[in-house]
Amino acid sequence: MTMLPLGAVFALSLVAYSGGAVASLLSWREAGLARRICCGTALAGAILTGIGGLLALVQETPAAWSVSSGIPLFSYSFTYDALAGFFNLVLAILAIAVSIYSFSYLKEFEGKRNIGVFGFLFHLMLLSLTVVFTAANAFLFLIGWEVLALVAAGLVAFYHEDRASRRAGFLYAVMSHIDGGCLLLGFALLIKVSGSAEFATFHNIAAQMSSGELTAAFLLFFLGFGMKAGIIPFHIWLPAAHPVAPSNVSGLLSGIVIKCGIYGMIRIFLDSFGVVPSWVGLLVLIVGVVSAVLGVLYALMEHDLKRLLAYSSIENVGIIFMGIGAALIFRANGHPLLAGLALIAATFHTLNHAMFKCLLFLGAGSVLHSTGTRNMENMGGLIRPMPVTAFCFLIGAVAISGLPPLNGFVSEWFTYQSLLAGYGATGRLTRILFPLAGSMLALTGALAAACFVKAFAITFLALPRELKQHEVHESPRSMLVGMGFLATACVVLGVGATWVLPLFDGMMNQLLGQRVVGHFITGNGLVLAASTPAGGTVSTAVIGVGLMVLLLPAIFLVKAGAKQFGRKRGPAWDCGLPGLTSQNEYTSTAFSKALRMVFSVLYQPRREIQSVFDISPYFPKEIRFESGIEPTFEKRLYNPLKQLILSWSKRMRAIQAGSIHAYLVYIFITLILLLLFGVRP
Amino acid sequence: MIQVIANSGLQLLVLLLVAPLFSGIIKTLKARLQTRRGPCVFQFYRDLLKLFRKGMVIPETASWIFSGAPYVYFTTAILVGLMIPMTTTYAPFSLFGGVLAVIYLLAFGRFFLALGGLDTGSSFGGLGSSREMTISAIAEPAMMLALFTVALGANSTNLSEMAGAAVSQSWRFLAPSQMLAFAAVFIVLIAETGRIPVDNPATHLELTMIHEAMILEYSGLYLALIEWGASIRQLVLMTLLVNTFFPYGLSSEQTLFAAGMGLCFYFAKVLLLAVFIVLIETTNAKLRLFRVPELLMVAFILGALALISTFLF
Repeated sequence: MTMLPLGAVFALSLVAYSGGAVASLLSWREAGLARRICCGTALAGAILTGIGGLLALVQETPAAWSVSSGIPLFSYSFTYDALAGFFNLVLAILAIAVSIYSFSYLKEFEGKRNIGVFGFLFHLMLLSLTVVFTAANAFLFLIGWEVLALVAAGLVAFYHEDRASRRAGFLYAVMSHIDGGCLLLGFALLIKVSGSAEFATFHNIAAQMSSGELTAAFLLFFLGFGMKAGIIPFHIWLPAAHPVAPSNVSGLLSGIVIKCGIYGMIRIFLDSFGVVPSWVGLLVLIVGVVSAVLGVLYALMEHDLKRLLAYSSIENVGIIFMGIGAALIFRANGHPLLAGLALIAATFHTLNHAMFKCLLFLGAGSVLHSTGTRNMENMGGLIRPMPVTAFCFLIGAVAISGLPPLNGFVSEWFTYQSLLAGYGATGRLTRILFPLAGSMLALTGALAAACFVKAFAITFLALPRELKQHEVHESPRSMLVGMGFLATACVVLGVGATWVLPLFDGMMNQLLGQRVVGHFITGNGLVLAASTPAGGTVSTAVIGVGLMVLLLPAIFLVKAGAKQFGRKRGPAWDCGLPGLTSQNEYTSTAFSKALRMVFSVLYQPRREIQSVFDISPYFPKEIRFESGIEPTFEKRLYNPLKQLILSWSKRMRAIQAGSIHAYLVYIFITLILLLLFGVRP
Repeated sequence: MIQVIANSGLQLLVLLLVAPLFSGIIKTLKARLQTRRGPCVFQFYRDLLKLFRKGMVIPETASWIFSGAPYVYFTTAILVGLMIPMTTTYAPFSLFGGVLAVIYLLAFGRFFLALGGLDTGSSFGGLGSSREMTISAIAEPAMMLALFTVALGANSTNLSEMAGAAVSQSWRFLAPSQMLAFAAVFIVLIAETGRIPVDNPATHLELTMIHEAMILEYSGLYLALIEWGASIRQLVLMTLLVNTFFPYGLSSEQTLFAAGMGLCFYFAKVLLLAVFIVLIETTNAKLRLFRVPELLMVAFILGALALISTFLF
């Protein structure tokens, strides 16, 4: 009974996406029409996906449909359970915001780019995302995964006349195929054990696997999903690909596409594997810590606004991994309640990061749309021509820095509480590691605050640097509405966390076999609690109201004082130096200088100063200054790897003689080998 | 109920009215120790009153962020103050935010003040903001690690629970983990309140300023709010330190008498801590900016040792 509306909604959303894809492609000659179709059908599909997600989260029994295909191991099986519902809901919120935003954003494409193709790829991306989240057959899942990778690579390289975009698209395609390959091998192992490719037969499969198989399967899935999620050291594609895509796509890429990795980990490790040994969780936790700290440290050094946001995605994926790792460890140690706490931390942060990161990317897109540059060093003072964009970006910046009462704080609070709980609930080694991971989370949080002070202040505050103020304008209304929608979501998910949390209960029940959310809400439904050995309480609602209440008398006091004693505008004092210009301002590079010095071991900063002079060095005619940091991973890990692969390929060239006779011999030998393999005893 | 309200009112009053006194006491004691006469202990109140009666000049280059920052800085300081147990183990807002909310709310105030510093476009503001965010970023893990150690001992991150646990084991502060954690938090306190050897509150010299550089462009009422907020933040951190590590005189009852006794004990403890801070300030020279991370690294290692030594008992 309950399956029917969900099925209808799901089918309709698939129809909307595929219909939209075809319709936008067909209408490519009429740019305006293509734009309207592209945004309209995507919006409709997203709303349907959202309704479906909510239904699946609320209702008890999962809905499942299966159509056999006649091909062995492959079937069109979909399961719309609470976990699928949750990720579909996240997708839907972002897709709604992005569709509204794109309505005016795509206008600048008219006459310059093919909106029909864009709409086609955009719809296919949404379609493949929802297929990935609902597929219940390993091969259907992989098809969705591969389509998603191809479409996303196409969107990354959408500005294909730009060399950097093409390279990023290529890198993205290569990395996605490597991760797809890992997943294929991983699923092959599971299919070997269970004899079927249906997800339903994978349930509690870890119990049937030998420890060698389990280790191999875990590592393959961890590599595959981790690469998709962009954890360090498999992250290098992420800061290359996300910034060069059109900004509305960047928002979806960082908001939900990398979350496919998170979804896969939860689906396979928690839903399918059941209980796994605790070293698995420990590895996930440690990788999460490393990604979080290094991600934010690299983000701090960026002065390209969108690259900064991309690096910060790596940081947040690290925080999510900490939660998943903790959940796996607790499960291995037999603490379902604590596992629930950690899992809520991870899933809530997935939701929150999707909201504020998409918001920030849309904000950066709005800035890029209006100024034509991603380089923060050229910006400054944008809060005056673009007040609404600035306000939305500020909300995103506060939320991503984990400051109360917004949503980033709630999920970081849960992460801290679950890490603290690990002290009393695990073995001796992990006992120490948990609070240490907590302190690294504190470092991450504080560095993220520094990073977003920089991102907001250098972009929006003080005097304009290179840009002419009158040429910069606020973005059109639909872009502002899209951003405002996500900014509201950030506030609601933060202040209203206790009201949102019950939505997670169905998913927790599915994954852990018990309802846990009731333990985490007390105080008349106003207070979040970690009802664990290292318990604690917090109420973002009360903090929000408290700040407002305390603000009133302060504002009143200042207003009254200003009335009596005067409040006027004047030139900045600047220690008495007259004539403040934008050249006096702190730049993005200057702001992060102190941290560059403190963490110089990691960054290996270098700088070169060359001065050209005629008579004496005291009268230089020209000074050339260059500074940069060392891209450690590219230099020490990927470049040697690339060299290795190239040198192997060179050697392989010896057997590629180009003679058809040689190839016939190869085919013959291969055939014999395969026959031998086939008839082996 | 009445007692709860009375207690909360008392706590609010102490925060608002007594915080400047401790700033004054530290200043005067420091001067005396350096054989200067120094200002009267009430000088800070006079400064605040003076600032409250001055007009404000807002730099032409600044936006509404500049004007908004002092409010955020001030209100977060008070809200945090209401979350920390002061005279009894009970704190008015302790249910609504534990030690994590305290640290993140303080960061919230700092976030906006740093934005305010950058908003004017003057290089001093940017300098101050950059340094403040750097130092707080390195101080945060040390602070968290040390406070985690205490929280793990009390099995809660709720500050009332933490204070209560400390009261019930009155000699607990002698445990190695507690002493190491105390040392770590003390170093962070020095850094967060901008005192020597990390920052010099008395200087207005370009090379050494941190906090003062951020607020250089503020004047009149806004400056008053920031100065007042800063002194409240200082008292809040001192309260956090004395009441989680030395909970003497904290009663778990909610009576007026207990609150009165608690208040006397509280003042004595904070005064003692102030004397300790003054001693550190006068016997040390200010560190070079890039030496500060080393000091904070010491705090982090102390915190880690504190955590490991919980295995001893």
